[in-house]
Amino acid sequence: MSDDPRTPPTETPVMSTLPAGDAAPERKGNWLARWWSSKSMKRFRRNPLAIVGLIIVVAFAVIAIAAPVLTTPSRSCLRDLGLTAATADGYRDVTNPAFYKMMFQTPDTCYMMPRVGYSPIPQPAETSGTLLGTTSQGYDIFYGLLWGSRTAFRIGVIVVGIGLLLGILVGATAGYLGGWIDNVLMRFTDMVIAVPALVLALVIVMVLGNSIVNLMIAIAAVAWPSYARLVRGEVLRVKELEYVTGAQSIGRRPFGVVVRHILPNAIGPILIVASLDIGSIVLTAAALSFLGLGPELGYADWGQMISFARNWILGPPGQPLAYWYTSFWPGLVIVLFVLGWNLLGDAFRDVLDVRGNV
Amino acid sequence: MFTFIARRLVMLPIVFFGVTVIIVLLMQLLTPAQRAAAYIRSENQANQIPQIIQQYRLDEPWYVQYGLWLQRLSEGDWGYSRTTNEPVLTTLQKRFPTTAELALLAILPVIGVGIFLGTAAALNRDGFIDQFVRVLSIFGWSIPTFVMGIWLLVIFYGLLGWFEPGRISTEYVVQIAQGGFQRYTGMMTIDAMLNGRFDIALDALRHLVLPVITLATVQSAQIMRVMRSSLLDALSEDYVRTARAKGLQTTVVNRKHARRNALIPVITLSGFVMIGLINGVVITETIFNYPGLGQWAAQAALSLDYASVLGFAVFTAVVVVIANLLVDVLYGVIDPRIRYA
Repeated sequence: MSDDPRTPPTETPVMSTLPAGDAAPERKGNWLARWWSSKSMKRFRRNPLAIVGLIIVVAFAVIAIAAPVLTTPSRSCLRDLGLTAATADGYRDVTNPAFYKMMFQTPDTCYMMPRVGYSPIPQPAETSGTLLGTTSQGYDIFYGLLWGSRTAFRIGVIVVGIGLLLGILVGATAGYLGGWIDNVLMRFTDMVIAVPALVLALVIVMVLGNSIVNLMIAIAAVAWPSYARLVRGEVLRVKELEYVTGAQSIGRRPFGVVVRHILPNAIGPILIVASLDIGSIVLTAAALSFLGLGPELGYADWGQMISFARNWILGPPGQPLAYWYTSFWPGLVIVLFVLGWNLLGDAFRDVLDVRGNV
Repeated sequence: MFTFIARRLVMLPIVFFGVTVIIVLLMQLLTPAQRAAAYIRSENQANQIPQIIQQYRLDEPWYVQYGLWLQRLSEGDWGYSRTTNEPVLTTLQKRFPTTAELALLAILPVIGVGIFLGTAAALNRDGFIDQFVRVLSIFGWSIPTFVMGIWLLVIFYGLLGWFEPGRISTEYVVQIAQGGFQRYTGMMTIDAMLNGRFDIALDALRHLVLPVITLATVQSAQIMRVMRSSLLDALSEDYVRTARAKGLQTTVVNRKHARRNALIPVITLSGFVMIGLINGVVITETIFNYPGLGQWAAQAALSLDYASVLGFAVFTAVVVVIANLLVDVLYGVIDPRIRYA
């Protein structure tokens, strides 16, 4: 998945955005070694904040992947994995098909936080027998946090994917064809950018209905314009290069020129910049979910967990911080996640020098 | 300058047109009966849905509906808000001052703190202040509004009991309800002062402290970052070196030569700050139970109150368009190259 922020392996499209002086790295070793010793990577490695960001993001990715093994799923999840009470540990067994189902074809029921009782009052770790306590209605906070990171990556990766697809479609068309088509498409893009993202997403989720899929559609619908701008800018730059003129002159159709010749050389830096958006996309998703416009009740999702905490700000008389764990843990996890992506994004945008308004 | 503004004014209706078309097209995903819900005022009307569809012609093609909708909008019929049980336009008028009060107070720290700290950081590059500001801005930028709001409430309401959520304390709500309190502007702090009730004004301000901090943090962090980096860029320009070489005082060079040019990217950003504030208002008002437009819109979206959410969306579109216009004009004022381009 794109939790790995490395440059795409082929060619050196990233290099193409660097000043001419930087574009000649030593031609020793394979692409990995070349990439590692490239000037932009050296700049990246020297930046301590970027390294901290990288560590945070990688840690979240590991947690997201390992979540099934680190938590005990609910009974309905086990049922959907085809496990019985006798074989309940099967999802941790590498030789059991249930393990692979849990990893790659996770049933939706496994994303539901298991409930430790149905008490309307949050329970601390000691009395509930869970690691970090429960929210109101008995949802296990630890399970929610770990599986929430899975949800976060799922939302982030899928939304960036859809957004990129739309952005490339619009941006490449506008940039390559130019003229009035360019004008119309880009003005439309400007208009979508002009509407506050949360408001537009609010309208879309309301119209489509609450679910995690609709949440992703809504966020992708507000995320694509910035990619469209980036793609258009890069296409405008690449389209003037000689080999493109060459391809055109031997009679390649426009679609072929764009897909085979222009995009492969324009897309590298954009892919990276877009994947670094995962932080802010997860943030928007959590915000909508906090407002009650996210996945269904009980789905492991950080925004929803924070909204559970809203009613438990005040403790009982004499113990003002009695329910601190309901807001502290989900909040901390979101902050760390966004922080990691922001640090990483900052460093990479510096290194790649990609700007929106080309 | 005049033609510049005029040209910008022409763009205004075009952008408004585009944004509203997007919204109306989205509404086409609903059935006519669902769209009719926007005009229902009471349960008794539930069996009149076919008539309402007829009356508002909600089963026509979208462009016909768009025209009719625009016409109704201009006539002041924005639909009926089930969330507040009154026409959408009335709610907008009532709640706008409340939200404006919050947003205006939030803009002060955004501009003040953002520009001040950003400047300080750039002038002390790699010094203590710079490091401090950079860490501060990274954290401010990374704390989501809703996490910040909840944490502030836990500490300052739950633990310390200094500030409460809501608009004003219950005792004052009762006093105001008893009459004798004139609403002039709709902004509680100003109205209270105009009524000579400084105790209420102070109480209203107290309720604004946490929401303002919550709303302003992310935006100030952004302004700080941009101010710092653009001032650093400006300080390395030739004209700054020339100014120094002429023997001008450092403060004059910094203020008149560097900072003035460094403000241009900050002004670009201020359009986005406006959008960020609108996004933030929805969340902040919901957390603090602050009776403004954002809280209303969030509630309405949850109860599928289409009329209210649409009204809010159209309203924010207008606000953003006007804000962008102001940004463009400001550009023209600051940078003559844009005026004559």
